[in-house]
Amino acid sequence: MSNPKKPHVTVMRSQLSRARGLGSGQAGVGHWWAERASAVALVPLSGWFVIQVFRLAGASQPEVAKWGARPFNTTMMLSLVILTFYHTQLGLQVIIDDYVHGKAHLPAGLLMKGIVFLLGLFGTVSVLKLALAGSSRSTIAAG
Amino acid sequence: MSPHLQVYRFRLSMFLSIANRAAGVAAAGGSALGLCWISAAAKGPKSFSKVQKVTGNPLGQMLMAGWALALVYHFVAGLRHLAWDSGYRFSKKEINEDGPVAVGVTLGTTAALVAGIVGVAICRSRKKAS
Repeated sequence: MSNPKKPHVTVMRSQLSRARGLGSGQAGVGHWWAERASAVALVPLSGWFVIQVFRLAGASQPEVAKWGARPFNTTMMLSLVILTFYHTQLGLQVIIDDYVHGKAHLPAGLLMKGIVFLLGLFGTVSVLKLALAGSSRSTIAAG
Repeated sequence: MSPHLQVYRFRLSMFLSIANRAAGVAAAGGSALGLCWISAAAKGPKSFSKVQKVTGNPLGQMLMAGWALALVYHFVAGLRHLAWDSGYRFSKKEINEDGPVAVGVTLGTTAALVAGIVGVAICRSRKKAS
């Protein structure tokens, strides 16, 4: 980055190592980009959520239900929950890759992904339930 | 242990690096607990009042403040990482300069957030009581 005009070598690997299929070049780059992309998406979502926490601090359940029934809030909450747990899964995988070696590596990763997936799904169902229960209640009240 | 960690002189960057990872894990744990709030709200007033007992309790509030601290630090460190990945502020000098700034911003933002949220919650409960 110090000298952008200097031409840089795009392929660091030798042609021999490419032919042998050794070294990196599996899922690493995709994982890295997914981590960054989800982090960037979480920046505005977190900002929105902080504002909502201020709006809801000390609120009662009917107030929260009314808030959660608004389609925009439902959309933002679902995005926040899904991206948070997606980003969590990516981050925890890096930690497992760093510290868990040998036979335990694969089951540790799968167990972690299973738990995080269930948590994310639980959050998604909760947000949807809040949204749908709130809207059906309001239609009953209106009709 | 990574090779001979004890031979290096302590640098703030070392601490901030591992703290980012720890904060990520803590933020994830906090988010898992945060699901209790949204699921209780979805379940009904009874469950929601149970959660409010926890959030109104000093121990629960300390837990939430810790969650906020972890989230804010992971956020700040994440922004630094995004800058580094884009090729900014990545020289040794700049990294050393920005470390204390990151600590200050994290502590300041967390304190402001916690004070603000607690203040709003107290104001709202007083309004209801009167």
